[in-house]
Amino acid sequence: MSDLMDPPRAAAQAAAPIIELRGLSKRFASRLDIAARLAKRLGARVREDAVHAVDGVDLSIRKGEVVGLVGESGCGKSTLGRMVAGILPPSEGTVLWRGQDLRGLSGAASREAKLRTQMIFQDPYASLNPRLKVQEIVGEAPLVHGLVTRAGVDSYVDDQLRRAGLDPTLKKRYPHQFSGGQRQRIGIARALAVQPDFLVCDEAVAALDVSIQAQILNLFMKLRMELDLTYLFISHDLGVVEHLSDRVVIMYLGRAVEEAPAEEVFRHPNHPYTRALLAEVPRIEARKRAFAGVKGEIPSPLAPPSGCHFHPRCPLAFDRCRAERPALREVAPGHRSACHLNEAT
Amino acid sequence: MSPPTLEVRNLRTHFFTRAGVVKAVDDVSFTVARGKVLGLVGESGSGKTVTGFSILGLVDAPGRIAGGRILFQGQDLVGLPDAAMRRLRGNRIAMIFQDPMMTLNPVLRIDTQMIETVQAHQKVSREEARQRARDALGQVGIPSPDERLRAYPHQFSGGMRQRVAIAIALLHKPDLIVADEPTTALDVTIQGQILAEAQKLCAQSGTALIWITHDLSVVAGLADDIAVMYAGKVVEQGPVEQVLDAPLHPYTLGLIGSVPSRNRRGEPLRQIPGMTPSMLNLPAGCAFRARCPRAEARCAEPPPMAEHAPGRLARCIHPHGEALAA
Ligand SMILES: Nc1ncnc2c1ncn2[C@@H]1O[C@H](COP(=O)(O)OP(=O)(O)OP(=O)(O)O)[C@@H](O)[C@H]1O
Ligand SMILES: Nc1ncnc2c1ncn2[C@@H]1O[C@H](COP(=O)(O)OP(=O)(O)O)[C@@H](O)[C@H]1O
Ligand code: SF4
Ligand code: SF4
Ligand SMILES: [Mg+2]
Ligand SMILES: [Mg+2]
Repeated sequence: MSDLMDPPRAAAQAAAPIIELRGLSKRFASRLDIAARLAKRLGARVREDAVHAVDGVDLSIRKGEVVGLVGESGCGKSTLGRMVAGILPPSEGTVLWRGQDLRGLSGAASREAKLRTQMIFQDPYASLNPRLKVQEIVGEAPLVHGLVTRAGVDSYVDDQLRRAGLDPTLKKRYPHQFSGGQRQRIGIARALAVQPDFLVCDEAVAALDVSIQAQILNLFMKLRMELDLTYLFISHDLGVVEHLSDRVVIMYLGRAVEEAPAEEVFRHPNHPYTRALLAEVPRIEARKRAFAGVKGEIPSPLAPPSGCHFHPRCPLAFDRCRAERPALREVAPGHRSACHLNEAT
Repeated sequence: MSPPTLEVRNLRTHFFTRAGVVKAVDDVSFTVARGKVLGLVGESGSGKTVTGFSILGLVDAPGRIAGGRILFQGQDLVGLPDAAMRRLRGNRIAMIFQDPMMTLNPVLRIDTQMIETVQAHQKVSREEARQRARDALGQVGIPSPDERLRAYPHQFSGGMRQRVAIAIALLHKPDLIVADEPTTALDVTIQGQILAEAQKLCAQSGTALIWITHDLSVVAGLADDIAVMYAGKVVEQGPVEQVLDAPLHPYTLGLIGSVPSRNRRGEPLRQIPGMTPSMLNLPAGCAFRARCPRAEARCAEPPPMAEHAPGRLARCIHPHGEALAA
């Protein structure tokens, strides 16, 4: 690791958390499928379990930091991201925004908190109103929230579009007239137009072609410097996360199982799940390698395995793993991992 | 010497739409030998799927094969009568689609579907067919296949469904498999399992495999050869290490450069400027012209495919030949 940190990173180290999660959980009532509903009607005892989408996550994100959130499909990344962005209420636990409980905030303060945290989604098309012109998509919220006057909105929108790398002369067009990469730029311009300081990016480049993905990632990095933004960057692509995160959190079935500075996670992964995951990442440097895969299936979040959720797939599991949930403990400075193997015996 | 499993020569598959002619595949040639893996790489819309569909005889109106030959074990599939094509498909040639539900029937149990597939091409008893199905599922790592056989597709996770679709493709140990981004929607932990199966199949059964993907990193570790497509044309091809370590075409060079791990952490990624052109109005000459750092006046003429060494080709007037620093 380089010991010379660039100024924004050094500042981030010292800064107070902009977001802090304490014991954050989200449960959803499970949606029974047709077969299960039918069976239930016929008198079978079908349990209507709750999906524990996010299960007791603690995390703090300092100002100016980029925190990468990775994990397999369904492990709760989007659910966590939506709670952080204040658009999904938690079932348990608290989200502290600049030290204040989001739920305790009054009308005006709560609106401000919501504006200052914006979310960018994987499918920019689904999140853009197809009936609005780009200038309305980008200009609407700043107008409503009084960030700009009606007279000034035109040039304000131009600035936002230019900053996101779009030609302002295209602002009278509708979303369907743009390519995927351009639509993602519209989504970014819209989010930045309300002057947030924190962005939750949920698989924001997953739907883009490689060459366009690089353009958008570069835009995210440039904006971070220009606007002093903080990011929670959700992605299943470990290469992307490694490239732009300062810190990485690995989730497995609703729980954070490892958390560390990015270079540390990729160089010295501690948790057996993280190690298995990293071993399977396809690398462009590899030639004729033997693939193996992590054995077993991603378990159903409806019936997560007891104890350590990873135990049925873990090559190192022992008795205790089936019985007891391992706590997230520090294994090196700033590096936490939830595995029983880390406990001195 | 017996012919290679597949030889595609100057294939052109065009769609005659109301808005104009889409030359989805326009002069594509490649060869895949027995037991070898060809990685067919390109961004969305570059013509990968249409290439695969052409080989399987699945192109429908308004599209048709407008030229070229598809030699499967020496036999030309272009113009082959439907009945003959159907006999090959699912038996000697199989396709794995990005969406496994293209293969699976949602209202039939897995065992019914697999037994039907076996019996469609071979006269075997139901019990023997069931045994084959069981073996094939075991082969793709689906635990307790007996019980799984009685399930419906919706009872499986995405990864398991894809593995069932692969098991079906493997049932007859085909000589050629076209796999169209079969792992793109899957997690890396599951993708690894599937790539392992694909490798085993080629090594053990001599199956030739075309692995279609937009992800260079996947084929880097899997393929013997790579063909890179851009706007309906193969722009570069050759052995995987030569294409990835010493790319000749500026587009390939740009693609490799934009992979995050090829860049220093935290620094701007090398990026290809601009966007993929619309297939409906491609620029004259080299389609990459508007994005190419080396473009010049001559590029307004279509660049020919130049052979730099046997099997090592690039469609560019002045190929790079620049070795990438590791
Ligand atoms: N509104 C909802 N109602 C019921 N269950 C839900 C709801 N939203 C999410 N879930 C469940 O919560 C779990 C976590 O979902 P989430 O979308 O957060 O996963 P994710 O990590 O973002 O996955 P992906 O990588 O596929 O986007 C899943 O089991 C999902 O099915
Ligand atoms: N049925 C069709 N009608 C018209 N154009 C089509 C049709 N199918 C594919 N195309 C066009 O052919 C081109 C190549 O498509 P495709 O092979 O699916 O790309 P890829 O698989 O590389 O993403 C695209 O421009 C696409 O729009
Ligand atoms: S706690 Fe046990 S099962 Fe879980 S990761 Fe550690 S060793 Fe494996
Ligand atoms: S032919 Fe010209 S425009 Fe096309 S890739 Fe080569 S140098 Fe670039
Ligand atoms: Mg998600
Ligand atoms: Mg395709």
